[in-house]
Amino acid sequence: MNTLVEERKQEWEGETQGLAHMLKPGELDLSHGVILYLEDISVSFDGFKALNKLNLAINTGELRCIIGPNGAGKTTMMDVITGKTRPDSGTAFFGQTLDLTRMSEPQIAHAGIGRKFQKPTVFEQLSAFENLELAMKTDKGVWASLLARLSREQGDKIAATLERIRLDKEADRPAGLLSHGQKQWLEIGMLLMQEPRLLLLDEPVAGMTDDETMRTAELFVSLAGQHSLVVVEHDMAFVEALGGKVTVLCEGSVLAEGDLATVQADPRVIEVYLGR
Amino acid sequence: MSSATLSAPAPAGRVPVTLRLASCLERKAWISLGVFLALSLVAVPVLHLLVPPESAFHVSAYAITLIGKIMCYALVAVAMDLIWGYGGILSLGHGLFFALGGYAFGMYLMRGIGRDGSYGSDLPDFMVFLDWKELPWFWLGTDSFGWVALLVLAVPALVAFVFGYFAFRSRIKGVYFSIITQALTYAAMLLFFRNETGFGGNNGFTDFKRILGYDITAPATRVVLFGLTALVLAATLVGSAWLVKSKFGRVLAAIRDAESRVMFIGYNPLGYKLAIWVLSAVLCGIAGALYVPQVGIINPGEMSPANSIEIAIWVAVGGRASLIGPVIGAFTVNLAKSWFTVSFPEYWLFFLGLLFIVVTLYLPQGLVGLWKQLLARKGGTA
Ligand SMILES: Nc1ncnc2c1ncn2[C@@H]1O[C@H](COP(=O)(O)OP(=O)(O)O)[C@@H](O)[C@H]1O
Ligand SMILES: [Mg+2]
Repeated sequence: MNTLVEERKQEWEGETQGLAHMLKPGELDLSHGVILYLEDISVSFDGFKALNKLNLAINTGELRCIIGPNGAGKTTMMDVITGKTRPDSGTAFFGQTLDLTRMSEPQIAHAGIGRKFQKPTVFEQLSAFENLELAMKTDKGVWASLLARLSREQGDKIAATLERIRLDKEADRPAGLLSHGQKQWLEIGMLLMQEPRLLLLDEPVAGMTDDETMRTAELFVSLAGQHSLVVVEHDMAFVEALGGKVTVLCEGSVLAEGDLATVQADPRVIEVYLGR
Repeated sequence: MSSATLSAPAPAGRVPVTLRLASCLERKAWISLGVFLALSLVAVPVLHLLVPPESAFHVSAYAITLIGKIMCYALVAVAMDLIWGYGGILSLGHGLFFALGGYAFGMYLMRGIGRDGSYGSDLPDFMVFLDWKELPWFWLGTDSFGWVALLVLAVPALVAFVFGYFAFRSRIKGVYFSIITQALTYAAMLLFFRNETGFGGNNGFTDFKRILGYDITAPATRVVLFGLTALVLAATLVGSAWLVKSKFGRVLAAIRDAESRVMFIGYNPLGYKLAIWVLSAVLCGIAGALYVPQVGIINPGEMSPANSIEIAIWVAVGGRASLIGPVIGAFTVNLAKSWFTVSFPEYWLFFLGLLFIVVTLYLPQGLVGLWKQLLARKGGTA
């Protein structure tokens, strides 16, 4: 028993000596160019395997689409990444060092993973500007809020985000009066204000008009590089517009991976989508 | 590409505090506040003290006491608006905090009676009547105005903090919270009804003689208390306007509308709810302390569940989340009440119930909302 622990320790120490840089604990390490690793993740609900030995790696700055039939486990996968659901087995790492299976939801959010839920929830009584202000990465204690005054940089940052999500003309409107698509954008903007490194977006264009969908695709493409994005979506035109690598999920594991054309030509994918 | 095109609140830079405070109310509101203070600090004293009673312009002691009392109620209503209108938390136990402030200050007034009571003792009459030989420990120091002023703030704050901490931490919300606050004030009322509790039982405190050495029934004292109440009410309105316009106020509104979302973006609602809850309780305590010397009595009836419900009705009638609404509501309902209780005492409760139904069904924004609607309609047709 003890010798095993000793052995592991040596192994580990040997590895750290090999690293060319020092890391503060809890800091995101992207030295290998990969921001998210999921390895052999399994989740079951009452014996039903929602995720079955799922493997996925997302590169830093990548824009990845996840598609797959209903019940394939896409939302469950996001639950695992954000700490909402604990996997039965497997490992999930954010960068090289942060073990997501051991972190709480707020810790994960704080470390730099932002998530957009399927249903948009914004603060309807507050203006678009104020929604972004509240979401901004800053001290969120009671005293800090009592004494808070927007600095010029903060104001500029909110303005830049408003422009990015195309709501600069609606800055002062109560969020409750925005269209459904605009609310979705506002929520994405709130996510961006928290400066996440990895963005998880679950069906972000659900309920949007075609025009709004295409603009959202443009927005996401512009975010890639600075941020890493994982987008779950059914809308094929949208996936095509995003243009990134596509992962097909089916019955809790990866069925195919590659660019959209390759994936669509895959006979197994065709079978899953066109029925057996 | 710059933020200059934005009409959103401009980054403040270095703005003097006075200017920032000035911007929390609209010009019209500042003018109204000035008129209100001029009336209560100058006009009322002159009309009461200098104009002879025979004159039509004389303001009677009755009127001053009535308006002073209603201003205390208005203060409670503003406190209620902070927690209910802005925080979305309906307390039906705010009468308790009012009574705690009132009782705390009442202790000072009782001590001020000295040996002028009917038994000529150093102890308050009710203690002599109970055959007590010395003051209970919690009465110690209550002859000092400073200590009692501290109690007026600290006792409601402490009770609110302890209760709020456990209630909010257990995520007790909505109607459950309201019911528990009703139970809390009811339990306190039963406690204060008991003679052994040491607060005068069902008679409470009365027959006060002096305050800070001045005769409590003297016209000048009355006018000073009246003016002080007006000042506190005005200051509370300004402070509250500043608070709800601060980022704190926006977080509070966000918690009211979508609490889980607020947590998701990194705020802990507990501290925010607790802060506004305790502040609201302290304001009620101050109102109670101003009420007792003007009205001349405090008894456990102030803690009755119906009293706390009435507070909520003032706010609903005036209009929630508007600050001035609760003041209007407190005045409307209480002026109506004092008219009813003279003319048709038996119909008052029916009227109150009817008023509440009409407001909830037809005036969700209260009188302030109705006023705004009328203005909008006038603007639309013109
Ligand atoms: N909390 C849960 N309890 C039981 N079953 C669940 C739970 N969450 C998800 N599932 C099941 O797991 C499967 C995968 O769900 P989900 O991840 O939401 O799929 P997708 O988002 O790909 O449509 C579905 O069959 C769903 O019914
Ligand atoms: Mg889903």
